[in-house]
Amino acid sequence: MLNSLMSYLGSTLSPGAAGNQLWALIYVVFVFMGVSAASIALYWIEHSAGSAPCPAAADGISNRETRFVFWIAPIMGLLAAFAAYAVIPFGPSQAVTDVNIGALLILGVLSLNVLSILLSGCVPNSRGALLTALLSGARMVLFQVPIGLVAVAAILMTSLNESGTGTLSMIGIVQAQEDQGTWFLFKFFPIGLIAFVVFVIGMVAQTKRERLAVAAERPSDAGAQNEYDGLRRLLLIFGEYAAMIAVSSVAVTLWLGGWLRPFASQLSAPSWENIFSLFPGFTFLLLTAILLVMTVRGGSPSRPRRTQLAVVAALFGLIAALLFMIAVAGRSSDRHILASLRENVNYLYWFAAKVAILLSIILYYRSARSRNRFGRYFDQSTRLAWKILVPISLAVLALTAIVGLKHETWDQAKQLLRMRS
Amino acid sequence: MPQNYVPVFFFLALVGILIPFALLTARIVRRRGTDGARETPSGFEVGVDGGSPSSLSMRFYAVAALVVVFETAIIFLYAWAVKFKSLGVFGLVEMAVFLGVLIVGYIWAWKNRALEWE
Repeated sequence: MLNSLMSYLGSTLSPGAAGNQLWALIYVVFVFMGVSAASIALYWIEHSAGSAPCPAAADGISNRETRFVFWIAPIMGLLAAFAAYAVIPFGPSQAVTDVNIGALLILGVLSLNVLSILLSGCVPNSRGALLTALLSGARMVLFQVPIGLVAVAAILMTSLNESGTGTLSMIGIVQAQEDQGTWFLFKFFPIGLIAFVVFVIGMVAQTKRERLAVAAERPSDAGAQNEYDGLRRLLLIFGEYAAMIAVSSVAVTLWLGGWLRPFASQLSAPSWENIFSLFPGFTFLLLTAILLVMTVRGGSPSRPRRTQLAVVAALFGLIAALLFMIAVAGRSSDRHILASLRENVNYLYWFAAKVAILLSIILYYRSARSRNRFGRYFDQSTRLAWKILVPISLAVLALTAIVGLKHETWDQAKQLLRMRS
Repeated sequence: MPQNYVPVFFFLALVGILIPFALLTARIVRRRGTDGARETPSGFEVGVDGGSPSSLSMRFYAVAALVVVFETAIIFLYAWAVKFKSLGVFGLVEMAVFLGVLIVGYIWAWKNRALEWE
């Protein structure tokens, strides 16, 4: 067991692809813990921590005939979200596994999320819940169309190399961006950007759950999931956030270059490499500084809360010091372990930083948007999906294909003209 | 290659084991402390009287049909996109024809107001 653990170290394949199931299991546990922590943090940022349902609260249901559905709905959401994490790459070998249809697998698995909300709407056997669930579900599948179309555009860009063959593997997609020396966001300049924007809009619409009224008097209570309380409600929320993080990781992988650092091909000198590897340390230093300022002159006067903040600040400071040490000590390549450690830290940092930036944009949008009347909002989002996003994404796809084959298209056209004349 | 898929099931197994375990723990904790468990659950007080609607708006079926049509077409696009460069102009024209048929249907649906929700 120890042998198979050690033999994987320094491998260039992801554990799943190398067939090392033990390491795959370790990765699975780490990813699960990381996603749980991130979900808790996201919930804490978006709502206040006190508003979370108590895990020990009673969570029975009123009508017994929908018991099975009641059971299966939160599990469905979590399974759909977590199957996607198996192929999300955090580095060239830092993924649980590498599957040759990775992008397809993720998009397919994430679309199963619709089932969770539809099933949970069936539980209370009431008009309001069912209608809300159906409207949410309809909107989720609606936005899958533009998402699927622009994802094809990204896959198309991966095939623009000498061999002429692209890839659907998530690791392969990032490596294609590395080989082509640009993130797909900047590929064929406005086209990649438009595709990314369409993807993000679709993604926000898809991961936003509605708890709004259709026919109830108390607006906040007639959501699809009103029958859930306690731990089950927590599980539903957890699945929702896990799916949100998964979709933003997909966006980062497809368009923002995954684990690649900014300007990887333009500023590739070793000195630049050293400067960029200091970023993780600086980020944690900044967080420490912010927390210290909050401790000293923060809004909450209570002493225990200040102590908590100070402890977290000290922890972040320690992490920052550690990251600086790794960045400096791993500089010379003769210290093999430290150098590879520094490299891995960098991969993980850049991936996490991009996902965090994307998530904070989404959270900002979600909090800025007030609670609209549901019916009207749904009307608008239907129009957005069908009449704006679908034509745009079809155009993006066509333009990518034509620009990608620019030379070939010209040659063929010339040949045709010559044959005519 | 099939071995690459094994870790996907690790994730499913982890979630499948953790959830019942967590629910069981919550149940044990709950029995002791809160009175909530003794209270018989009653119907939820949603504004209208209960019962799920026996008929739904036709719009839902229209959305479902359109999404199925589009998604099925998109699946074929993935296979083409991977081989895009090597298929070259021939593949491009083929896909233009394929998508053209889809777009004609899309325009028809737009004209017939199937894309609206009122």
